[in-house]
Amino acid sequence: MTAAYLRPQEIVERALAISRADDCAVIVTDRTEANLRWANNSLTTNGAMRSRQVIVVSFVGGAVGSVSRHVSNVDDLALLVSASELAARGASPAEDAMPLVEPGAPAGPWEDGPAETSIEVFSEVAPALGQAFGESGGADRLLFGFAEHTMETTYLGTSSGLRLRYDQPAGRVELNGKTGDRSRSVWTGVGTRDFSDVDVAALVSEVSGKLAWGSRQVDLPPGRYETLLPPSCVADLMVYLYWVSERRQADEGRTVFSKAGGGTRIGEQLASIPVTLRSDPNEPGLETGPFLAVGTSGQGTSVFDNGMPLGRTDWIRDGVLQTLVTPRWWAGKSDTAPSAYVENLVLEDPRGGRDLADLIAATERGLLLTTLWYIREVDPQNLLLTGLTRDGVFLIENGEVTGAVNNFRFNESPVDLLSRMTEVGSSSRTLPREWGDYFTRAAMPTLRIPDFNMSSVSPAS
Amino acid sequence: MPDLDAEFTALPLRQLADAALTRARELGAEHADLRVERVRTQSVGLRDATVEYSADGEDRGLAVRLVHDGTWGFAAGVEFTVEEAVRLVDQAVAVAKVSAPVNTDRVELADEPVYADATWVSAYEIDPFGVPEPDKLARLTELCERLMAADGVDHVNASLQAVKENKFYADLRGTTITQQRVRIVPEFTAVAVDRAAGGFETMRTVNPPVGRGWEYLTGTGWDFDAELAELPELLAERTKAPSIEAGQYDLVIHPSQLWLTIHESIGHATELDRALGYEAAYAGTSFATFDKLNTLQYGSPVMHVTGDRVVEHGLSTIGYDDEGVAGQQWDIVRDGVLVGYQTDRNMARLMDLGRSTGCAYADSSGHVPVQRMANVSLQPAADGPSTEELIGRVERGLYVVGDKSWSIDMQRYNFQFTAQRFYLIENGRIVGQVRDAAYQATTTDFWGAMEAVGGPQTYELHGSFQCGKAQPGQVAPVSHGAPSALFRGITILNTVTEAGK
Repeated sequence: MTAAYLRPQEIVERALAISRADDCAVIVTDRTEANLRWANNSLTTNGAMRSRQVIVVSFVGGAVGSVSRHVSNVDDLALLVSASELAARGASPAEDAMPLVEPGAPAGPWEDGPAETSIEVFSEVAPALGQAFGESGGADRLLFGFAEHTMETTYLGTSSGLRLRYDQPAGRVELNGKTGDRSRSVWTGVGTRDFSDVDVAALVSEVSGKLAWGSRQVDLPPGRYETLLPPSCVADLMVYLYWVSERRQADEGRTVFSKAGGGTRIGEQLASIPVTLRSDPNEPGLETGPFLAVGTSGQGTSVFDNGMPLGRTDWIRDGVLQTLVTPRWWAGKSDTAPSAYVENLVLEDPRGGRDLADLIAATERGLLLTTLWYIREVDPQNLLLTGLTRDGVFLIENGEVTGAVNNFRFNESPVDLLSRMTEVGSSSRTLPREWGDYFTRAAMPTLRIPDFNMSSVSPAS
Repeated sequence: MPDLDAEFTALPLRQLADAALTRARELGAEHADLRVERVRTQSVGLRDATVEYSADGEDRGLAVRLVHDGTWGFAAGVEFTVEEAVRLVDQAVAVAKVSAPVNTDRVELADEPVYADATWVSAYEIDPFGVPEPDKLARLTELCERLMAADGVDHVNASLQAVKENKFYADLRGTTITQQRVRIVPEFTAVAVDRAAGGFETMRTVNPPVGRGWEYLTGTGWDFDAELAELPELLAERTKAPSIEAGQYDLVIHPSQLWLTIHESIGHATELDRALGYEAAYAGTSFATFDKLNTLQYGSPVMHVTGDRVVEHGLSTIGYDDEGVAGQQWDIVRDGVLVGYQTDRNMARLMDLGRSTGCAYADSSGHVPVQRMANVSLQPAADGPSTEELIGRVERGLYVVGDKSWSIDMQRYNFQFTAQRFYLIENGRIVGQVRDAAYQATTTDFWGAMEAVGGPQTYELHGSFQCGKAQPGQVAPVSHGAPSALFRGITILNTVTEAGK
């Protein structure tokens, strides 16, 4: 950044100083990003980007004005603050109005500048990819994929005295391999904080191994199959369940977590095995922001809760539904403790479980999936989701993978799957493939489902 | 025609372009362009006629994309200074150099005429960002309150999104373009809750998102008062409707639902970048591979599909794309046969297709332009039948209105859709709504089963603000026109049975 550019802390302090609203919250997010994308063993797009978002939230008589503008100097900032105030003065009082969160434990070194990434983060990954592409020609293999690293620093300041800062690194590599005739396709992906733990050669070897599994092709019809859902699949299904875990909607009788006759299903045994579904900002390797920072209310979140400390939250404990997402105002109405979305998700059986190789070895006949795709809600009442298997459905016979199977469209509810699963494997970090654009921090087990509903065959490869 | 936004044109656009392009020339770039964007957004949500959120946002920045030694380089920033423009060129060259080891295809671009000092503004009357916030909230609240007051409606969800997009583009060959477009989408959903049984049903308005301004909310292009007046009864009918019996049915599909099937099974399948594999690891590929051009029987002979970036009020409509290519209209499927793709300049050159169809788009200055969807539309038959006449030809079938759930595989074969409303047709007449239905098919079977398309009187333009593609993910707005159409023998599922209940 050049010297003329305002520091994030300066934006926060100046905006709070000139605000004439009853209360004010300022969120500055500085983001840098680098990415490489490739297809058919060659680069397609790339980039190094820098951006900044400045949101000023004004609170006037319980009404809210939330405005975001480009800010390059103090005049821009003054215009932004006044636009935010004007919006609040023109709005009706908000339902979720509450006193702002008071300062508690400090979070992050407030005076530090934003953390940054650059294209050089790929200085080892790019040559390794180049080498893999070179070797692919002879191996009758096409590689496709994406590597991305982002660094986002959030500064939150409020008129109640909060000054909170957090650096969020996020990265991922996705590698898709196809045979030269494109008839078979497999995938692997990892989430990472800094790329130091990314081993391109290992990813390439995993892809090659899975392509080899497909040398025998088996056509299977639709039906219900014993199925091993690996961590990426479980993550995509559980993330969807997490997103509809809003307490108010459930209280109003409008979600899968609403109880017949009124109220919610909190306290109900959802899972057949005593698993925990939880979020925790301090989860090792999946660390995420320890405070809430949002520009608007909606979907279980209140703008009045900005700065609310986030801690470990068990959504499901011992298989029993424990917590639904509840902002402070609704917690007050429903006589419960407030909670908020945390940007990671872990499903595990605290007693541990077998790894994938042992799960395969213990399977007489069943399917092993790789990832799920195009997951959409069919019926919110039971959270029935539809979607496709993608990049590898494998047949297991007598404890061994014996071939590759066609893809399927499935219709299943993650809530129902929890009640029908017969085995939970050990949990490990995974990349939810469908929701990887929004949600990269997850640790999930492999689940054994005795009767997964493959509704129809997809000819896609 | 509305004027270009003065705040945008006041930015030092030409100085930035001169600085960036001069530097790019010095560094030996074969191609370079500077793009400056300002995207204003408003997003409002109401719950039970109370405003839950109203956010007014702006994204502003500049980006340099260049080709250096045959490799792309892209860099984006947010400071509107000459120094920053020069820094971005240097950074883009650095990105190209880091990327060179993974690049094996030399980048070259299809030719396009030079457009010096071109401007373009979309067709709208009232800039939504010029309407006072209280006026907008009052109109939305009034519509929600009316719905909330109706019998059988327990909850109402509503939202409004409005976007004003300004783009400036300048390249080494001398093209300089300044553009502006506006779009808007309101949405209203009524909810009925059965507390005792623990169930609920919803019914959403089927109005399309459009390339119009605030006038859309007050009677131009859609009658919201009329549609909202009908919604409670439609919801009540649905709550009492019988569950569908799974099986084969003939379908008459209204454009408010058919647009999404067109989007998924034709729009995406005929994007050339997907057919070539550029999206293989993410959005997916296409069964309509390049070797099938001019031979693939996509559907029945009544199928005529066009791509365009020119239709008035279309969401993908623009004067020039993000590579400086002027908007066009062309055939994608003619007489049921695949005859065209959506392209950008690099792909058009690569596959020797002549001129680009002008489909490069970036959703912000921070993202690189990629090939995005044109308005892909199914054309009506010149003297074609009305919707009622199509229904009259069906002995046992369903009339399908309004999109809801959607999903299609990564090669665009197998899809499954639900709808706001499925009406049972018996002996050429509508009997009433049924519930729990979904239709499932394979793309070419489905379009092959299209017996008739309706006439121009049945044609409507629908679409979405939220078409997702590329990594990093980008969203693009796109419209799809369609007449009502008749399909024979399509598989209908019962979703309750699918859930194993």
